[in-house]
Amino acid sequence: METQTRVIGHRTPRVDGEYKLTGKADYTVDWQAEAMLYGYPVPASIAHGNLVALHLEEALAMPGVVEIFYDGNFPELSRSPNSMAHQDQVSEVRLPFEDSRIHYAGQYVALVVAESFEQARAAAQAVRAEYRQDAGAIGSLLDSEADGQPLEAKRQVRGDADGAFEQAPVKLDQTYSIAAESHMQMEPHATLAEWRDNRLIVHESTQGVIYQQKAMARVFGLAEEDVEVISHYIGSGFGNKLFMWPHAVATVAAARELGRPVKTVLPRQQDMTCGGNRPASRQRLRLAADEQGKLLSIHHDSATETSLVHTFVDAIGSVSPSLYACDNVAISQHLLEVNHGTPCPMRGPGETSGIFALECAMDELAIALNMDPLELRRRHDSRDDPAKGLPWSSKHLDACYDSAARRFGWARRDPVVGSMTEGDEILGWGMATSSWFAGRQPCAARVELRADGSIMAACGTQDIGTGTYTVIAQTVAELTGVAIEHIEVRLGESSLPAGPLSGGSMATATTLPAVAKAVRAAIDELKEVATAENGAFAGADPETLTLEDGALLDEQGKRASFSEILTDHKLGSVNGDGDTAPGDERKQYSFRSFGAHFVEVRWDPGISRIRVARVVSSFDIGRAINPATARNQVEGSIVMGIGMGLLEKLEYDPRDARLINNNYSDYIVTCHADMPEIDVELLDNPDYAFNEFGARGVGEIGLTGVAPAIANAVHHATGKRIRDLPITIDKLLAD
Amino acid sequence: MREFAFQPTARIDQAVQAHASDAGAAFIAGGTTLIDLVKLDVMRPARLVDVSRLPLDDVERLDDGRLRIGATVTNTDLAHHPLVTEHYPLLSQALLSGASTQLRNMATTAGNVMQRTRCPYFRDVAAACNKRQRGSGCDALHGINRMHAVLGVSEHCIATHPSDMCVAMAALGATLTLEGPNGTREMAFGDFHRLPADRPDLEHELEEGELITHVTLDTPVEGAGSHYLKLRERASYEFALASAGAVVAVKDGTIDEARLALGGVGTKPWRAVEAEKALRDQPAETATFERAAEVAMRGAIPREHNAFKIPLARQAIARALSRAVAASVNR
Repeated sequence: METQTRVIGHRTPRVDGEYKLTGKADYTVDWQAEAMLYGYPVPASIAHGNLVALHLEEALAMPGVVEIFYDGNFPELSRSPNSMAHQDQVSEVRLPFEDSRIHYAGQYVALVVAESFEQARAAAQAVRAEYRQDAGAIGSLLDSEADGQPLEAKRQVRGDADGAFEQAPVKLDQTYSIAAESHMQMEPHATLAEWRDNRLIVHESTQGVIYQQKAMARVFGLAEEDVEVISHYIGSGFGNKLFMWPHAVATVAAARELGRPVKTVLPRQQDMTCGGNRPASRQRLRLAADEQGKLLSIHHDSATETSLVHTFVDAIGSVSPSLYACDNVAISQHLLEVNHGTPCPMRGPGETSGIFALECAMDELAIALNMDPLELRRRHDSRDDPAKGLPWSSKHLDACYDSAARRFGWARRDPVVGSMTEGDEILGWGMATSSWFAGRQPCAARVELRADGSIMAACGTQDIGTGTYTVIAQTVAELTGVAIEHIEVRLGESSLPAGPLSGGSMATATTLPAVAKAVRAAIDELKEVATAENGAFAGADPETLTLEDGALLDEQGKRASFSEILTDHKLGSVNGDGDTAPGDERKQYSFRSFGAHFVEVRWDPGISRIRVARVVSSFDIGRAINPATARNQVEGSIVMGIGMGLLEKLEYDPRDARLINNNYSDYIVTCHADMPEIDVELLDNPDYAFNEFGARGVGEIGLTGVAPAIANAVHHATGKRIRDLPITIDKLLAD
Repeated sequence: MREFAFQPTARIDQAVQAHASDAGAAFIAGGTTLIDLVKLDVMRPARLVDVSRLPLDDVERLDDGRLRIGATVTNTDLAHHPLVTEHYPLLSQALLSGASTQLRNMATTAGNVMQRTRCPYFRDVAAACNKRQRGSGCDALHGINRMHAVLGVSEHCIATHPSDMCVAMAALGATLTLEGPNGTREMAFGDFHRLPADRPDLEHELEEGELITHVTLDTPVEGAGSHYLKLRERASYEFALASAGAVVAVKDGTIDEARLALGGVGTKPWRAVEAEKALRDQPAETATFERAAEVAMRGAIPREHNAFKIPLARQAIARALSRAVAASVNR
């Protein structure tokens, strides 16, 4: 189905841009309710042990303090079943204040509720807790020799990886590690809870209004219909707002107990300890090849972290069986419980970490083979998914390699370490492959054609800043010919037709087909109206009517606008519902996006300064519905990847597992002055086997491959192979 | 944030009086350090005496050629002041390498002299910190001390002085004017900040109620070039891992005069006096710079995570000196 499009596939300004620029966008942290109180959690200052006593006298006597909740003064609630299938998954199954056990530093030991935010904070700081501290807190997997429990579900084997490795002439066996990272989204976690006539209304900065609605219903014993979760705008999430956290439960309970709305906005320090993180990982890669550079065996054995109160498995090895053609592959994973806040998905979860190790190992293997690292990868580009034996639906990784390498100037690369110099600086050039799976979820949507000529499209998903409002408006505009400014998109309310989580880069491919179906249903409805008695096309066969620019036309060329048709019948609107789900396509094809990053670093050995100077990338993501916002996703990912490669690390004090860099100043992310030249190309190869719009999603893939391309470039410049992220100055200075 | 009294003042004597009459008082100007620490419950002033509107926002050249800077001149205004960019480019460079534009717009000259450390254990009320609470111990000594000092340290404190501006002032030479209940006095900049020794809680020589009213820079070194180099992981908005401020005058290939101060490695703004001696009357060449760098870092005491700062600081020094020499020669 190759058709000319007028809106889809064209750069379209964000329909919500004006609201964001003018402050009209109603972010959760900005919401106010009448007679609202403020919650402020009290974090545990130990990571392992028991809460022995809480001294609340001083805090309770402070101005404005209304109540303090804690184990002993908190209602009995139920845990959520935590089921992905039933959409009530949560980030932490343990309820707040369940018992006196402390599993990580920052765990809430109380929630202070007061008339103002400042009063709540002051009182929270005045709460004095006594603990019995246990020895043996583990702050990080990377401080521990242990790997934890083996995960049978993550084991994957094809061929005879052990045998092939043993016999191979060229072998690589290296261990890579990545520090835990923080999402550092702009808007912290925030909840505003309000009970009205035993119905619960929750404003939450969330990537999943439906999931939080269901989880809240389970925890508070409510019918789902009695819970409304609202999240019109989200100051980003990057995965840590997919599922409900304990602060939301504590806030909703406080509002119910006190009979007044309560808002809790996590301070940055608590957002970083209790609001999710990318778990640290340790990965052993064993690659084997023949002397001509044919991959004979891949072993990818990894360990990741979870907390003691929730099981989170970062699927770190999931891409390794699929990235390259290789007959013998073995994947395994272990999971270690550590004493820090529960990890959760972070942009490109699992695969971003896994690809770091695999792509560094590929670079090392290329060097061992005396082969160009790009050439090694090209030779293992496969037309079928080697993990599933199914053909890729649409794969143009070769074109990504060609285009990005040409724009970067890769052919001019001198492989000799430190050989490319400019003034005081040495240039390092490295590259890596990117990949992210393409998935779809079930979705419902509703579209309303209105008598005033406008159209409303509604879906219970949310726009986390990626441009979901805009791509839905584009889809409606494309299918109806109505100008985008006459289209209203409603998202971010759990009472709307059930839409997907904004996660896994699946929102676009999931929502657009449902919206399209709803548009078509509404137009069918309109045709029925138009062809009915007294209609503009009375007596005509609805099938013969065609659609053009917000109007219906009959075979004689007579034309009636949507608005005229409805007005003639004194109708305010006609509606269409659509729901869609993935079909049988997965039996025929394997779906994945691919790309490549080429990175130039500049190394000034006289002052040990490393900077990323240039990133050139090409991506094969199917059709970019809105090339402007799609490119923005990849560029943003590159910026984040520079942080992962060179800067970011959650530092847990090994003595007591407490996070010491819990703020924007000490946890170093990329800043404006670090921005390299970024050249992103999005190939336009619509994947119609995946959905009618050919889009595979683009929110995460850009982050995969950035860090290994940097590490490979650093090696080319410095001769130092740093296998431990982030690559900080101290590692480059060490002999 | 606990409640506190806020007292605006219009005259210096009024401000001094207000502070002296309340043991729980703290001066506030830009508030870029203080408000942060109040929010964290690290500082708990009962009264804030607002000095931001005092008539101390002038930068003027004195008859003797020195530059007198009012306490409330913002970092932004100072960095871009024509007398500073012309005669003290080192100070301008240092200021602009610190913090962010937004912070520099608020931060004042005297406030920056009084900047508190970014040691994470100082900023965490649950941690042991002799600076925050006398005698409570030091969690940084055996903790994560990657950002900590290697010069001027003690067994009680290894917190780094975070200011870039102060490094430039230490190199340039300056005098502080202090106004207190007992009148006005002057103090050499180098004498103002204390080493932690066994009293890390005592950070400076201000007496109760005293207010810094001016910082007066020494006359510029004749014929000198200068350079401020700050090394850190990212390109902006990060405290120094190591920084060096150098002022060097070269005559006929020989170093006539040299000033050198370091940041990110010391417990106070660190004037490298011995290194300056090692530079004077020596040929302005790489070997000299490297020798001076070696001398400057003699006696450095590394901890578990910050040993890399010693070679890094040597690199910063050698590069800053070579750039300063180039600037001197080009004058």
